[in-house]
Amino acid sequence: MLNYILRRLLHMIPTLIVISVLVFVIIQLPPGDFVDSLEAELQESDSVASKEAMEQLREQYGLDKPMWEQYFKWISGFVVGDFGYSFEWRRPVVELIGERLALTFALSFGSLVFIYLIAIPIGIYSARHQNSMGDYAFSSFAVLGLCIPNFVLALVAMFVVVFLLGGSAGGLFSPEYRFEPWSFGKFLNMLSHLWVPIIVVGAAGMAGSMRVMRNSMLNVLREQYITTARAKGVSEFKVVYKYALRVAANPFITGLGMQLPRLISGSVIVAIVLGLPTTGPMFLKSLQGQDMYLAGSFLMFLAILLLLGNLLSDILLAISDPRIRLE
Amino acid sequence: MSETNTNQNEDQNTSPLQPALEADADETGVSQDDQRILTAGQWRLMWRKFKRNRLAVVCGWMLLFMYTVILLSGFIAPYNPDSRFKNRAYVSPQGLHFFDDSGFHIRPFVYGLTANRDTASQRWVYSQDKTRRYPVKFFVYGQEYSFLGIKTNWHLFGLDQDGGKQQRGIFLFGTDIQGRDMFSRVLYGGRVSLTIGLFGVLLSVCFGSVLGVVAGYFGGIIDNLIQRVIEILRSFPRIPLWLALSAAIPPNMGQLQSYFMITIILSILGWTGMARSIRGQVLSLRNEEFVMSAKLMGASHSRVIFRHLMPAVSGYIIVVATIAVPGMILAESSLSFLGLGIRPPMVSWGALLTDCQSLTTLFYYQWLLLPALFIIIVVFCYNFLGDGLRDAVDPYSAAKR
Repeated sequence: MLNYILRRLLHMIPTLIVISVLVFVIIQLPPGDFVDSLEAELQESDSVASKEAMEQLREQYGLDKPMWEQYFKWISGFVVGDFGYSFEWRRPVVELIGERLALTFALSFGSLVFIYLIAIPIGIYSARHQNSMGDYAFSSFAVLGLCIPNFVLALVAMFVVVFLLGGSAGGLFSPEYRFEPWSFGKFLNMLSHLWVPIIVVGAAGMAGSMRVMRNSMLNVLREQYITTARAKGVSEFKVVYKYALRVAANPFITGLGMQLPRLISGSVIVAIVLGLPTTGPMFLKSLQGQDMYLAGSFLMFLAILLLLGNLLSDILLAISDPRIRLE
Repeated sequence: MSETNTNQNEDQNTSPLQPALEADADETGVSQDDQRILTAGQWRLMWRKFKRNRLAVVCGWMLLFMYTVILLSGFIAPYNPDSRFKNRAYVSPQGLHFFDDSGFHIRPFVYGLTANRDTASQRWVYSQDKTRRYPVKFFVYGQEYSFLGIKTNWHLFGLDQDGGKQQRGIFLFGTDIQGRDMFSRVLYGGRVSLTIGLFGVLLSVCFGSVLGVVAGYFGGIIDNLIQRVIEILRSFPRIPLWLALSAAIPPNMGQLQSYFMITIILSILGWTGMARSIRGQVLSLRNEEFVMSAKLMGASHSRVIFRHLMPAVSGYIIVVATIAVPGMILAESSLSFLGLGIRPPMVSWGALLTDCQSLTTLFYYQWLLLPALFIIIVVFCYNFLGDGLRDAVDPYSAAKR
């Protein structure tokens, strides 16, 4: 097992190198660089920037060097935990993204747990009461979740929370906690805000998960060993939850690898709408302002998060299903 | 030479079968209808099966209707998407009336509006002025637009013109902050929203099906290489990558060019899923006898791929493509909503929703959310159309469910 994990991690290294090159090319794609967009911004506010000052800034940030040199500077720092310098915030990238990435992870993970908590019981129910009213009701509900764009759902959620429930919109913390260091109180405060984005992000993935659970449960319930168990007088509860569920949950765990990219994408866009202090808003701003090291680091870390998620789903599958050999 | 050979081969494959089936049918007393099924071709069988799924057929018709509407949007929309009405910002949707004090009218009408300033909220509030009644006229002449390159000013409906002044208007979906008719904007926005998904998928299909078939057919190093590229592209989270790429579109680019740039950006990730599933199909077909016999007869690789394998997976490609369209439509609307997709003056449903980002808009002007309803309907229809097509193409799908 350990052997397998190590090998998979080694395999990720070439992939990561290619990804890092791609990320760097992508963030270099916009015409001009950060200094150009700064210049444009200054001109809008009617202040004049001298040519020399701009060139000096360019030199200071290393923007005058050839592209491959900039790439090597960035990636060699990346390995030792120096992700570059944010031009716009005038702070090292590492200070800016740590907490935001953690919150993005919390949001994605929370949505995943939410999806599982809801989709598994409903999937089991729908399979056991196939073509019943409840089955149809849940299916239509799931389809609705599939068709509504994430950001529209976020808008609706914002409307409901603010105008119908009288809560506050935007952010993950109440004002009194916003700039406080982390404490237990702040953690609880975050949880009380986190449920809205969790539901919104989770709703889109719910439909697929419910369907997967329902179909795989239906297939398993038709197996002969289930009939045998029933014939022997095993209680229905034990048949379903002890014998059928274990096998039926496998495609669900495989689906984790497909679920993750959707969750991360969803959490980025929902965070922008709701103004959460996660990756989304800062990533968008860094893209617009050509703050390339910040944008690049975000993109890089989101890709790493995804790769690790895929590895995790493979390991989980091996643990839950002893028939699968990891060789 | 090889062409005639394979053709003969195909003939031999099918022709002896047909009389045999017909003879069978006569003996066993199979009805005429069943006999037709037994001898029907692949596409006919799929079509029969598809037609049985009512919901999918209805969704298909719905989509066809919507595409017709957006083709004719210049004619159906009473105004151009950019024409502003003075002092008509944030008018709520106007109802069509049939009844007034004097009873029923066969011709629908709208009431005139009077604008009042609400001092508390600093907004314009409109009230219906029942003394002014404007009947809705059909096939009227209004603002000029171009239909397939022909300039015309013929509209499906509208109000009588008021000596060139544009004060009076009919706003079925209300107006936005600049006093532009939302109904017209939704119709024009549909053009972008509905076509960008189609073009994106078309591009993905061209790219993905060729690479998928090639990967599955040749295997070995080529397959490995293509698989690695797909794997790397798929290890990017979609929305962030799309955001990063569309941020790279130069701001001074023309409307049409940026439209196609977005299409390309959407298909950069789109083709990977398609190539992957088509590769799987080809892998299972590669060792079939018809491929083997084509190869033995000396058919070239390209002939085997394009003459034998592509037609065999074409049904499957259509299904995968249909299922991919709603994802593209959602992606475009998300990008445009965030201001990184379609740029003004071009409109799309996602771009129209950009105005809804603030809480005040959500609270006072909920009708601006209407474009979302159309996104939902279209995505719904495509999903069920895709489901129906998949069941029709895959003979085992019914058993699986």
